[in-house]
Amino acid sequence: MIARAGTRRRAYVRAHPIASLVAGRTGQGIITLLLVSLVVFAATQLLPGNAARAILGFSATPQRIHALELELGLYRGWWSQYWGWLSGLPVGRLGTSLANSEPVWRLVEPRLLNSAVLVVVSGLTGCVLGIALGAVAALRHGSLLDNSMTVGALAVLAVPEFVVAIGVVILFSTVVFHLFPGVSLLTPGENILQAPRLLVLPALSLVIVTIPYVYRMTRAATLEALESPYVEMARLKGVPRWRVLVQHALPNALPPTIQVVGLTFLRLAGGIVLVEEVFDFPGIGQGLVNAVTDRDIPVIQFIVIALAAFYVVVNITTDVLALLCSPRRRIPA
Amino acid sequence: MTAATPSKQLRRHEWLTLLQRAAVSRRGTVGLSLAGFVVLVAVVGAIWTPDSPTAFLYEPLQKPSVQVLLGGDYLGRDVLSRVLAGGWVLLVMAVAATVIGVSLGAFQGIEAAYLGGRTDTMIMRGMDVFLAFPAIVLALLIVGTVGPKLWLIVLAVGLGHVPQVARVMRATALDIAERDYVKAVELQGVKPTRIITGEILPNLVSPLMVELGLRLTYSIVVIAGLSFLGFGQQPPAPSWGNMISENRIGLQTNPWAVVVPAALIALLAIGTNLFADAVARAAIGADREVEQAFVRTEAAKASQ
Repeated sequence: MIARAGTRRRAYVRAHPIASLVAGRTGQGIITLLLVSLVVFAATQLLPGNAARAILGFSATPQRIHALELELGLYRGWWSQYWGWLSGLPVGRLGTSLANSEPVWRLVEPRLLNSAVLVVVSGLTGCVLGIALGAVAALRHGSLLDNSMTVGALAVLAVPEFVVAIGVVILFSTVVFHLFPGVSLLTPGENILQAPRLLVLPALSLVIVTIPYVYRMTRAATLEALESPYVEMARLKGVPRWRVLVQHALPNALPPTIQVVGLTFLRLAGGIVLVEEVFDFPGIGQGLVNAVTDRDIPVIQFIVIALAAFYVVVNITTDVLALLCSPRRRIPA
Repeated sequence: MTAATPSKQLRRHEWLTLLQRAAVSRRGTVGLSLAGFVVLVAVVGAIWTPDSPTAFLYEPLQKPSVQVLLGGDYLGRDVLSRVLAGGWVLLVMAVAATVIGVSLGAFQGIEAAYLGGRTDTMIMRGMDVFLAFPAIVLALLIVGTVGPKLWLIVLAVGLGHVPQVARVMRATALDIAERDYVKAVELQGVKPTRIITGEILPNLVSPLMVELGLRLTYSIVVIAGLSFLGFGQQPPAPSWGNMISENRIGLQTNPWAVVVPAALIALLAIGTNLFADAVARAAIGADREVEQAFVRTEAAKASQ
């Protein structure tokens, strides 16, 4: 009876390659996250000499150093320290900030929300515009419009995010125009949704760096789809151009587009660090920079692992969505 | 044996031919002259500046005039001298990080592709873990715990390149490792290290050059960003990234103290990126294939 149940179960998995693939990806993601947490933990162990002294500086009294050593658990073995930190992550027990002795979660929670709003707003806007421009350029491949947009994208793509952000500040908030605030200062307890004006310039900067990236990826994917055998076949059959686009090219361009959107959000996870710093935007990017300046290790650890977890989750989601959208890939290899 | 492999002469010059072809293309010329201009500014500044870059000479944020071309910075130091002196360290650091990142990444990728099996899986799984960190976050993590040492920043930025370079090089090397001439040398009992350096590496010159160009641009972007955040050369030493952040408060009074270093960083990055694209075009050929290579490189940052 048990044996039969086993075989039926296996047959079920074989019949649903998607389910097994999703399970496989999730498993891989969890393993990656565990290894990531080990790396983050190991990096904070790199601190030369006595960690407590390095954090407090040489003027600290022995009593304070001793207290900090106890708090950081420096007397325990590394495994016990690691486990203490890791087991606290899922339940929000993240320790206390060394810089202002508040619980890490209370410091980081509002920042997470603000950054999420910034990333979602600028990511979606940038993706929509970039996909539209990229598709137009590919449809007019080789035209003056295509060439100039492509060279423009290549140039903007190289400019560092913080230089773009400074340019935006100069243009819209200080030297040229005074349209929007160049500093996103919130009153305590307020989140960014309550002050959307402060969101405009940071989001604009991120949109500017996102568009050329999405543009270039979409243009390449569309070019590939347009030159594929099935599109050529459809054209040769005499199918009208718009129908070729909507019925043949578009469904096959969907998985790469999903991948582009995923990659854009991954890029933004790094991009917010500098852009938030330029605008003093109260998000986790600025939080990370502040924590690094103060060498506030519990906060650094948490923000870095949160960003890495974001990477893993976005990755799995894009993979699964792309898989669901492409009929070809549903067949197990 | 000599008939089967291309002559030494030809191999040695493949990278030179590539650079030449890239330099004469329109994008290449523009890119090279932009980057060349910025490098010239930095090199001149490393040797000579009109005034001391750290002396307090003028009023804070003094407006530009005929005598004081770019005005004074927020402490009254000469902006022109600081601009001139503030670039060469960035250039040296970016080149060093690129060389470290690309050589380590290429080595890991080729090794994984050639040795295959469990070694391959182990190396690439390890790379996946490091891919989860955005370059600047990895650098901040290391700098945040050990402190803002310049060599450490170079190392951190270089290490940040390794997983992506490894993925790209592995994909290219997989194809070459299967070729008949590699099999032939294998059967003669040549050691794996000799095969990697003697047979596989020479066939990867073009993708290596393209990676070098791309990674140089990224190195510049990340190192300048770190310096903007205050994790680079420490004050009073001038650096373009640093100048942008410290003179932001005087944007209304003397914008040049921010605009000029920002423009130089932007021009440098645009120049190297255009030139890297020209190299890719010279190595790969058609526009469509170059763009697909870009997509593959980007996709290498995600999904297994």
